[in-house]
Parts: sequence; structure tokens; C-alpha cells
Amino acid sequence: MRTVTLVQSIVTALVVALAFAARAETPADFLRSFEVAARQEQAGFTGFSAARGAAFFTSTHGRAWSCAACHTRNPAAEGRHAKTDKPIAPLAPAANAERFARTDKVEKWFRRNCNDVLGRACTPAEKGDVLTYLMSVR
Amino acid sequence: MHTMKQFGLILALAGGTGLAVAGDHVYSISDPTYQAECASCHIAYPPWLLPVRSWRTLLSGLNKHFGTDASLDPQTAARVTAYLEQNAGRDRTGSSTPVLRITETRWFVHEHDEVPARTWNNPKVKSAANCTACHVDGDKGNYSERGIRLPK
Repeated sequence: MRTVTLVQSIVTALVVALAFAARAETPADFLRSFEVAARQEQAGFTGFSAARGAAFFTSTHGRAWSCAACHTRNPAAEGRHAKTDKPIAPLAPAANAERFARTDKVEKWFRRNCNDVLGRACTPAEKGDVLTYLMSVR
Repeated sequence: MHTMKQFGLILALAGGTGLAVAGDHVYSISDPTYQAECASCHIAYPPWLLPVRSWRTLLSGLNKHFGTDASLDPQTAARVTAYLEQNAGRDRTGSSTPVLRITETRWFVHEHDEVPARTWNNPKVKSAANCTACHVDGDKGNYSERGIRLPK
């Protein structure tokens, strides 16, 4: 009886641990989902590019701000909010393990920041290029 | 000793409810959703510095929040709105339209009337929204006189 209870506890613990592990995502998970969306949206999609992502990151796209305006040209460094000057933790996953780890946060910040920088939503291809660039930063 | 104990009790009560301790300008802003959602771009401003109608107007226009998109998903927005409404201050603005900047309330202007123009114009301050430029522990709710360091 005791052994059964112990086995049951271990199984329960494993199931709970797996459920938590499934909730936390990795930058590679986001890259895969951007790729699926990019292929659907763009017939001739040939893959993401870190160089394109870097150019996108530092461009103001004909408006006031670039991504780098707050995150600086070095995404592994601490940034500062363009208006309030509040410090912003590094964006590159290599420098900050909390980046690209939760879907709700990734969606929220792409929605807000693409709107601020470009005045529209980013395409999956643009998000994938930027993430490929950010993942290449060590 | 007795006074100290009473003071400690008042602090504990105030911390628990998120209310201000009158006079010493040390606050506890404890709501985790408010902290998580509103303290990324600026510090979590004490909710009682604006009245209910100001918060309502601000929270219903987060996609155009002082020149930036600060939009929230509807559930989170509802939770933050409820917290801010519950902890909002009295409406003493006397204005027909809601005051949207804490820095434009009569209270703020009065409290900061000794701050020289050169401090406001200091690039290290950058914006009047940047409380921690001078209230160095403002993000922790400390706005006491002793916690002020004007940047050089």
C-alpha cells in the first residue's frame, strides 16, 4: 500500500513539473511559431536573417523611434525608456533569461513597441528576423 | 517605547492596506498586477495622487498613453482599473475635465514649488515623470525629505 502511495506521489509530482515546464517557453519556441506564421503569410519565405533583424532594430522606419532608441544598439546592455529614462533590462536572451520566456509578455511588448516604432503591427517575418538577431547577440 | 510601538503598528497597517502614512511620505504600493503592468516604463505612481475619473480616463486610453502604446489585454486592464479606483484620491482638482498628469495636480505643484528650474531642465531628470531622478527610492514608495537627492 505504501509503495503504491509513493509511486502515485512521484507520478503526480512529475505531471505537475511537466505542466509547469510546458508553460515556460524558450526563444527557439517563439522562433518556430513565427516561422510557421511567416510561411503561411508569405509564399516565398526563405528563412529569417540576423542581419535583416539588426537593420530593422536600428532603423527608425521614417518615424521618431527605433527599437534601439530604448534598448540601445547593444541588446545585451541595459536600456533606458526614451521618455521616462527608466532603466530597461537587457533584451538579448543571452543577457537576460526572462526574455522570450512567456507568450503573454512577448505578445504584449511586440504589440506596443511595433505600434510605437512603426505605427503598425510587425509581421511574423519581422519578428522572426529581430529574434534571430537578438539570439545571435552574445 | 510606547510611541515607537504605535508607530510600528501604524506602519504595518498602512503597508497592509497600501495606504499612505500621513506626514512621512513613505508608501507601500503592494498590488502585484499594478506593479507588473504599470511599472515597466515608469515607476508605480501612488494611486491616491489622482482621483477616480482621472484613472478611468487614463485606463480607457492606454493605446495612446502620453505618446506611447501602453495597451493591456482587457482582463488585466479591468484588474488594474479596479485597484486604481479603490485606491484613488479625492477629487480636489476643481477641473471640469479630468487631470491626467500627476504633475499637473495642485498638490504636486505645491509640493515641488521649491524645486529650481535648472533641476527640472537637468538632462539627468529628463521628465517630471521620472520621480526617481530626485526621490532615489521613489520606486520603493519612499518620498520622504531625507530620501531626496537633487542630481548635480
